[in-house]
Amino acid sequence: MAVAIRVIPCLDVDNGRVVKGVNFVDLVDAGDPVEMARFYDAEGADELTFLDITATSDNRDSAYEMIRRTAEQVFIPLTVGGGVREVADIDALLRAGADKVSINSAAVARPEFIAEAARQFGSQCVVLAVDARRVPADSRIDLASGFEVTTHGGRRGTGIDAIEWMARAEEAGAGEILLTSMDADGTKAGFDTAMLAAARAAVRVPLIASGGAGELDHFCGAVDAGADAVLAASVFHFGKFRIHQVKDSLDAHGLTVRHTPVPAR
Amino acid sequence: MKKVVVFDYGSGNLASAAKALRRAGADVEVTSDLAAAQEADGLVVPGVGAYAACMAGLLAVRGERVIGRRLAGGRPVLGICVGMQILFERGVEHGEITDGVGEWPGTVERLQAPIVPHMGWNTVKSGNGSALFAGMDPESRFYFVHSYGVRAWELEVSDPFTPPVVTWAEHGGDRFVAAVENGPLSATQFHPEKSGDMGAEVLSRWIALL
Repeated sequence: MAVAIRVIPCLDVDNGRVVKGVNFVDLVDAGDPVEMARFYDAEGADELTFLDITATSDNRDSAYEMIRRTAEQVFIPLTVGGGVREVADIDALLRAGADKVSINSAAVARPEFIAEAARQFGSQCVVLAVDARRVPADSRIDLASGFEVTTHGGRRGTGIDAIEWMARAEEAGAGEILLTSMDADGTKAGFDTAMLAAARAAVRVPLIASGGAGELDHFCGAVDAGADAVLAASVFHFGKFRIHQVKDSLDAHGLTVRHTPVPAR
Repeated sequence: MKKVVVFDYGSGNLASAAKALRRAGADVEVTSDLAAAQEADGLVVPGVGAYAACMAGLLAVRGERVIGRRLAGGRPVLGICVGMQILFERGVEHGEITDGVGEWPGTVERLQAPIVPHMGWNTVKSGNGSALFAGMDPESRFYFVHSYGVRAWELEVSDPFTPPVVTWAEHGGDRFVAAVENGPLSATQFHPEKSGDMGAEVLSRWIALL
């Protein structure tokens, strides 16, 4: 008996539509997050993550409506993140049907936000998303771990040590960490396993590896480095891998997964 | 069709529980109305977040009386996650002790595992005589998300009474109660409403018992 390694597809949603790299052939409307969520539920995804759903506050209502419709359709946990700035945002997302909410920039700007969220809703629904990069060799920034927290999609450095930040967030009540390597993201060259291992050594909350998945053995590498869950977007959206293929690969590597019946395609 | 009330006392993902119960074949109402909660064929008590906050919410609407009255009349109640934990005698979070409803003796305390919260899909070890899990593939997995649990079952029952069926789960070397079936009172630490087809199966079986 052991908890299964979770395989999590990530949908980037803006203004109620899935954006970036969606290429399903068998969906009526590949841009509809509700339909894609239902698709991944049937495929055996262990959780779903929606990110960047609310680029502007004008789009909030459509985001909540989209979450509500999605939550109606799927019977697995749903994490929502992007633009979450205050406790009221979390409350509204949970009421719409999210099970967990990920916070990122707002926590960097105001670290007390993590504790406020955890106190109100419980650690189990507070996911800290960390977008981190390796400090370049020629940088004047000197961080103990060599990994720096970034904001604005990796474009802006913060001078904060990513590993220390995760430990602080755990202390404040974050119940899970979604760690994205901005160096690896989009490269399909594999997760940043050194960064994952450093994070694993620093925190004892569950750790989701994100950024860089391109081959099946990359997922095994992330788990070997200490991840409890693996998240990917384009390899699933473009149909390079199906969820069960990732699970079979983890299983063959001796890791525990949740097998589900594989739908015909 | 069996009528099920999902009890709205300010805690829990009520919509998720409601739609999963509908999918499992019940006529569902989400309400804090005590009469409706009293009269339904089944009452579901959800719950997420902190033990103390859940208990405070329950007491504020006198939910503990509804639970007690239903059980006195043999009418089924199902607690889910913190909705299960508050059925025990007490919860301890951050050193703070909160009295629970006390239908069962025992303490809800922090899990002793390397990685906490226990978050994800896990198997369970079904108790003998379980109606909710009997005959299921032991590899069936259910979705858990919690940092606290009941690590010792303290209720001893001897003849002529039927002992409760206790189902266990394990995470990181720690063992805790995953489900209890005790006459009209049932509970799961995991979220059947978030546990895909296997969770739906557990809910269907519970509805079939109503």
